Amino acid sequence: MLKRAHEQSPLMEYRAASNALDANNGTSETYARRIDVGKTAKLLKHIVYVLRSNPITLIAFAGFFLIIFLALFGPFLVPYDPLQTNAAVALAPPSSQHWFGTDQLGRDVFSRVVAATRLDLLISVSAVFISFCVGSLVGSLAGYYGGWIDKVSGRLIDTIMAFPLFVLAMGIVAALGNTIENIVYATAIINIPFYARVVRAEVNIRRNAGFVQAARLSGNSDLKILAVHIFPNALPPMMVQISLNLGWAILNAAGLSFIGLGVRPPTPEWGIMVAEGANFIVSGEWWLAFFPGISLMFVVLTFNLLGDGLRDIVDPAQRT
Amino acid sequence: MKHRTIELVLFRLWQAVPVLFGVIVVTFILTRALPGDPAVYFAGPAADENSIAEIRKSLGLDRSLFEQFIIYLGDLARGDLGQSLSTGQPVLNDLSKRLPASLELTFSALILSVMIAVPLGILAAMKPGHWVDHTCRFLVTAGVSLPTFFTGLVLIFFFYYIAGIAPSPIGRLDFVYLPPPTITGFYVLDSLLAGDLETARAAFAQLILPAITLALFTLAPIARMTRASMIQALSSEFIRTARAAGLSSRKIIFTYALRNALLPVITTLGMVFSFTLGANVLVEKVFAWPGIGSYAVEALVVSDYAAVQGFVLSMAVIFVLLNLTVDIIYTLIDPRISLES
Repeated sequence: MLKRAHEQSPLMEYRAASNALDANNGTSETYARRIDVGKTAKLLKHIVYVLRSNPITLIAFAGFFLIIFLALFGPFLVPYDPLQTNAAVALAPPSSQHWFGTDQLGRDVFSRVVAATRLDLLISVSAVFISFCVGSLVGSLAGYYGGWIDKVSGRLIDTIMAFPLFVLAMGIVAALGNTIENIVYATAIINIPFYARVVRAEVNIRRNAGFVQAARLSGNSDLKILAVHIFPNALPPMMVQISLNLGWAILNAAGLSFIGLGVRPPTPEWGIMVAEGANFIVSGEWWLAFFPGISLMFVVLTFNLLGDGLRDIVDPAQRT
Repeated sequence: MKHRTIELVLFRLWQAVPVLFGVIVVTFILTRALPGDPAVYFAGPAADENSIAEIRKSLGLDRSLFEQFIIYLGDLARGDLGQSLSTGQPVLNDLSKRLPASLELTFSALILSVMIAVPLGILAAMKPGHWVDHTCRFLVTAGVSLPTFFTGLVLIFFFYYIAGIAPSPIGRLDFVYLPPPTITGFYVLDSLLAGDLETARAAFAQLILPAITLALFTLAPIARMTRASMIQALSSEFIRTARAAGLSSRKIIFTYALRNALLPVITTLGMVFSFTLGANVLVEKVFAWPGIGSYAVEALVVSDYAAVQGFVLSMAVIFVLLNLTVDIIYTLIDPRISLES
C-alpha cells in the first residue's frame, strides 16, 4: 500500500499515512494484509516516509543535532574567551577576525553566542524535565484514580492557567528571588499544566481498557499497572509536547533574562545579550543584538518544527 | 429561550468565581514568599528595630497566615494593592493610569493579527497538503518562534535606523505633541475624537511597530485554529449539500463554512490573550511603551515587590475577565452550547 501511495500526489501520500496509522486502532483490511511486517520495521518505514514527504522535519532534525553538538562542545571550539574584554576592538563590525563583530567591551560576539547555547539549553531542558516529571505524576494519578485527586489537581491547574503564563513566571521569580535556579522553577511551574493535561487524558481513556483489567486480574498493584502498563502509552504524545515545549521554555527563559531576571550580565546568555545590544540598535551597531537573537530564533524554530514533525509521525490525525 | 440564555450567562459567571479565588490565593502566597523578612524590606535600609516591628504590625505580619489572608482580601476589596516604593503612589493608581496604553497596544495587535491570520488559515485550509499549506505552516511556525523582543529590535533597526520611516521608538507620542484629552485613554482614538488628525497620525506612527511585533507573535495560534476548523467545516455534510445544490464556491466558503469555522477561533482567542499579555511586557520594554508591562519591569529592577505583585494580580484578573467575556459571547452566539458542556 505504501508503495502504491508513492506514485500518487502528496495529499494522497498523507492520507495513506494516516490510514496506515489508523489501522493500528481499528481492524481494516490493510492492517490484516500488513500484519506480517514487524512492528519496528513498520514504524521505521513510516518515519522515513513522513520525513520524505516533509523535508522540513529532516532539516529540523539536522538543526537539533547541531544545537546539541554546540551545547556539548561549543565552549571548547570558540576562537576567543567569551568573557575576555578588549577595549581596542570595542564595537567592531563583523569581520574575518570577529565573525559576529565585538560588543561594547570588545568581547567576541561569536564566541559569546556559541558559549551561551549550553546555558540556554540547560535552563530550558531542566525546566521541561521538572514539568515532565511533576506533570506526569499529577496527571497519571488524576487520570487513574479520579475523585478528589482529580478535582484538586484540576483546580490547581486551572488556577495556573488563569494567569498569563509569562506574567506568572515574572511574579514567581520576583517572589522566590532573582536567580537562575528560580528561572528554572518558574518556567517549570508554568509548563506543568500542559503535561498534566496530556497525561491525564491519555491515562483516563485507558484506565479500564482490556489490557489494564487483565493486568489487574493477574494481581498487579495499581501503581505497577499505572507505571508499566498505562503510562508508556502516554509517551508518544508527550514527546511531541516536550519538543514544542522546549522551544517555548527557551523563549520564556530568554524573555525573563531580557527584562533583567535570572542571568547576570557578564554571563553569556542570549536574552541578556539581546537586552544589552538593544541600546546599540538605534545607533546602528546591529550585530550585538542580531546574532544572539537570530540564534535564539533558530533554536526555537528547530524545536517547534521538530515538534510538528514528531506529531506527524506519532499522530497524523492531530496535524493542524 | 431568553430565560435559558440568562441562566447560562449566570452559570459562566459563577464558574469564574473559584478561578478568581485561586488567583488571589496564589498572589497572596507570592507576596508572602518574598525573600527574607518583608517587614525589614518595606522598612527600608535606614530602619531600626522599632520601626521594623511597627511595620510588621502595620502589615499584619505578626498574625497567623489565615488572618493575614483575610486582611489581604479586605485590602483587595477596598482596591488597596499597596504602595509602590519607586513612584510613592498607590499601586492601583499607577496601574490604572498606565493600563490604557497597554490595552491600546494589545487590541491593535490582536485586530491586526486576526486580519492576517484568518485569511491565511482559510487559504491553507482550501488546499491542504498543497505548497500554499506548507508555506503557511512554515511561516506560522516561524512567527511563533520569533522572540518578541528580538522582532521588535529588528523592526526598529530597519524602519527607524535604515529607512527612517518610523518615529524614534520611545513611548506613545513624540514629545512635540500634546496627549489628546482623555476619553477612552487610547491616544489614536482620542485624538480622532478630538478632531486632531495630526496627533492621531503621530500616535498611530508610534503604535504601528509595537503592534506589528505583537501581532507576528499571535499569528500562529489563530492561523492554525482557522485552518483546522475550516478543514473540518469544509468536509462536513452541509457543505457537501451546498456544493451539490450548485452554490458558488465563494458563497460556500464565506457564508457557510467560515461562519461555522470561526466559533473555535473565538475560543482560541482566550489562549492568545495569555500570550499577548505576557509578550506585552517584552514589547513595552523594547519600545519604551508606558504601559503596565514596562511599569512592572521597572518595578522588578528596583525590587518594588508590591508593584510587581499588583501587576501580576491585575493581569490575571484581566485575563480571567477576558476569558469570561469570550465564553459569554460564545454562549450567546452558539445555540448548541448547553449547561453540561
